[in-house]
Amino acid sequence: MSGSHTSHDNSHGSVKSYVTGLILSIVLTVIPFGVVMSGDFSPLAMVGVITVTAVLQVLVQLVLFMHMSAKTDEGWNLTSFVFAVAILVLVIGGSLWIMHHLNLNMMIG
Amino acid sequence: MFGKLSLEAVPYDQPIIMVTVAAIVLGGLGMTGAITYFKKWGYLWKEWITSIDHKKLGIMYFIVALVMLIRGFADALMMRSQLAMASAGAEGFLPPSHYDQIFTAHGVIMIFFVAMPMVIGLMNLVVPLQIGARDVAFPFLNNLSFWLFAAGVILVNVSLFVGEFAKTGWLAYAPLSGLDYSPGVGVDYWIWALQISGIGTTMTGINFFVTIIKMRTKGMTMFRLPIFTWTSLCANVLIIASFPILTATIALLTLDRYLGMHFFTTDLGGNMMMYVNLIWAWGHPEVYILILPAFGVFSEVIATFAKKRLFGYNTMVWATVAITILSFVVWLHHFFTMGAGANVNAFFGIMTMIIAIPTGVKIFNWLFTMYRGRLEITSPVLWTLGFIITFTIGGMTGVMLSVPAANFVLHNSLFVIAHFHNVIIGGVVFGMMAGLTYWFPKAFGFTLNEKWGKRSFWCWITGFYVAFMPLYVLSFFGAVRRMQSYNNPEWQPLMIVAWVGALIIAAGIACTLIQFYVSIRDRKQNEDVSGDPWDARTLEWATSSPAPFYNFAHLPEVSSVDGFWEAKKANGGVPPISEPPYQDIHMPKNTWEGPVIALFATIFGFALVWHIWWLAIAGGIGMFATFMARIFNDDVDYYVPAAEVERIEREHRQRLKQKGDLAHSTRLEMQS
Amino acid sequence: MATDTLSNQGHAHGHDQDHHDDHHDTAGTKLFGFWVYLMSDLVIFGSLFATFAVLLKGTAGGPTPGEIFELPFVLVETFLLLFSSFTYGMAVLAMNANQTAKVSRWLWITFVLGASFVAMEVYEFQHLIHEGFGPDRSAFLSAFFTLVGTHGLHVTFGLIWILVMLVQLKKKGLNDVTRPRIMCLSLFWHFLDIVWICVFSFVYLMGVL
Repeated sequence: MSGSHTSHDNSHGSVKSYVTGLILSIVLTVIPFGVVMSGDFSPLAMVGVITVTAVLQVLVQLVLFMHMSAKTDEGWNLTSFVFAVAILVLVIGGSLWIMHHLNLNMMIG
Repeated sequence: MFGKLSLEAVPYDQPIIMVTVAAIVLGGLGMTGAITYFKKWGYLWKEWITSIDHKKLGIMYFIVALVMLIRGFADALMMRSQLAMASAGAEGFLPPSHYDQIFTAHGVIMIFFVAMPMVIGLMNLVVPLQIGARDVAFPFLNNLSFWLFAAGVILVNVSLFVGEFAKTGWLAYAPLSGLDYSPGVGVDYWIWALQISGIGTTMTGINFFVTIIKMRTKGMTMFRLPIFTWTSLCANVLIIASFPILTATIALLTLDRYLGMHFFTTDLGGNMMMYVNLIWAWGHPEVYILILPAFGVFSEVIATFAKKRLFGYNTMVWATVAITILSFVVWLHHFFTMGAGANVNAFFGIMTMIIAIPTGVKIFNWLFTMYRGRLEITSPVLWTLGFIITFTIGGMTGVMLSVPAANFVLHNSLFVIAHFHNVIIGGVVFGMMAGLTYWFPKAFGFTLNEKWGKRSFWCWITGFYVAFMPLYVLSFFGAVRRMQSYNNPEWQPLMIVAWVGALIIAAGIACTLIQFYVSIRDRKQNEDVSGDPWDARTLEWATSSPAPFYNFAHLPEVSSVDGFWEAKKANGGVPPISEPPYQDIHMPKNTWEGPVIALFATIFGFALVWHIWWLAIAGGIGMFATFMARIFNDDVDYYVPAAEVERIEREHRQRLKQKGDLAHSTRLEMQS
Repeated sequence: MATDTLSNQGHAHGHDQDHHDDHHDTAGTKLFGFWVYLMSDLVIFGSLFATFAVLLKGTAGGPTPGEIFELPFVLVETFLLLFSSFTYGMAVLAMNANQTAKVSRWLWITFVLGASFVAMEVYEFQHLIHEGFGPDRSAFLSAFFTLVGTHGLHVTFGLIWILVMLVQLKKKGLNDVTRPRIMCLSLFWHFLDIVWICVFSFVYLMGVL
């Protein structure tokens, strides 16, 4: 029994999708490194470039390497990921907001 | 060779501890002797220790929880006694260093080793049955989770007579819990007991989430799930999302203490406020992990004993989901006074008030379920009614605390203590007692004695109000938490009243113990033959009591909420029973690797507490090697022959015929 | 008969079909369970990232990020891990085509790339400690070592897992037990590369700004 089923083929990827993912990832890596190492940009611009390329590369690898889709596990795969990200935003964002204010008010020197 | 450990670690000079230890050792020896004498080690190993059966694991969780309740409550009695005495210069019988360990242990034990295992125990027993499954998604992991929890229990109990426990309060705030201010082993016991059992809990969360999503029986869509399963699902989501924060935070504290790092130290850039922030980002979801399954119990109990479908199923589900999400945006209300300022405090204060709303929706739905139903006042119903009143009061004091300006006055006062005991006892404890009574017959095949159950309830609810209402009053006089003695003699009368309340609760616990004894003694009279002693609505009642190890001979199929109720209606009010032909059933095999990994984890934790590095490494290697043994073990499942299934089902059918229950409704009379 | 409502299902299926469905379902369940575990791991890393952000300024007179981070070094590490993610993908494709020997070969390559990544990281850590910039020097360094070190530890566990799979492949080949494990390891390995994206972006690159 081989264990590969047609219904799952598109969730297993192909050489093409992995190569595409690799190339996109390389590009999305070189850009932020290049920007920061060149030092030719304003800090705000560099932060923006780093963040955007990071988010894009995460998405590229989620879709092209990990085959995350709305179809896997009747959508629960995507739902649990979205929920986890929401929690991260709340906990990390909330913590940063809280700690910023605490440090402002309470830390001496 | 033995790190920091030496014979001096045993607290010979503390009589209370030495007497307790002597009692435990004698009791342990007695039990061990009895088991050996009756040649039951094989039975224990095969039927319980290595079991992957979710029903047995659930029972074991609950038994350990009840045993730890005794220790946690002993702590409570000691604290109440101390405070009844230590007024205006009197020192009481517990010096601060001892008192501090007691209130720390009380909190840690009650939350982690009583409330959590009760909740997880009920989920284990009930959820797979309610969704028409044969076991959880990952049975080996389930066994391992239980034994990792047991490892934590062992460590926290060993701390009683080898070394000391933390003196920091149950959440071990930094920098008090850091190496500078707690150089002893107490905080290390805290760290490893919680870290090891916490891993088990996280695994449970993943296990049950996947089970509920993936292993529902045919026809059971999400909106046909029993409400207890819905609340369990949400509680497990909370576990998966929040326990990792606890794991990370304890790990950072560990790094500070063991490797000299500076996350939460007072020097070299450490920020102890981050500890408080992170620990409560876990801590608030934790209390919802405890209360949501309790809410689920109440939903099942009311619907069953009011003989009425739960009012507003959909809104109950959405309220539960709303509470789940909202529980992640309120955590700062535990440290309004730490200094984040008005804007931050205002946001979290408002969010805290908002989270009361879906809870209120649930209360109304329970009330509406009872309205125009024929509510039978059984002990589970008493616990539920007691909950509705008590939890509502506690919730209201919570809303009072959520006002930041008020919180600045009430923070760390006895008001906080009274509030959270109000909701935890009124909510979680009452829910667990209701669940225990309700599902006991499913686990053991006979019902609990109703008379003693009711007596236990009345003692608990009376005792609760007598113990905790004085604390609200005292808080307005200025009394604070975690105080070993106080100067104002005017407080003493109320402290004595509170002590009496604790004694009444102790009577309630005694009633429960008596209830167990009487019920076991009278089990033949209270036998649950049909498997459905309450004429209930959900699938777990479609099996015999106790359920066969494979749960269902044929996986059931449902087409509505309360599918079992509908099936009974279509069968003349009687539970349908399975008919041949039967098939082979695929079941997992027992596992020795689970308990052994946990044993090595216990050794690992103990060794790290005492800085016995070679032993810690040995423990770590042992865990890894045993895990590898599991990975390479191919013999992990088997098929129960259809003939065996047929034999078991036939036995059940014959018992039904013998007791003449086949044609009649199987309600057992409640003894009152 | 009313009993049919609660008893059915087994009748239509033969013995073999049940077994097949069982194993088919089990693999999907295992994978989903592992995905959920990865979500919990994400929260651990999230907590460590938050802690790093909060303690970033806690340098206590010790070195700042700009003074100790070597971006070209990190770029090489990044490519090692990225390519190892790609080679693991190739291993999975080989598994789907039932080419056991090819799977092993790609797993070996992945192992070498991953081990090189860990070696580089160990070198970086050891170099910093040697200069007196270990995790006990300041809060910033504690957070840095812990966040990056936790990721490195995860990669190390992944390497051990690859070795175990290589042994299992040799002993049992591709079957209903080894396939789901290779798929779970695939999720784990890619997940670690995704976490690394956040590490090099928000720790190294932003730290240097």
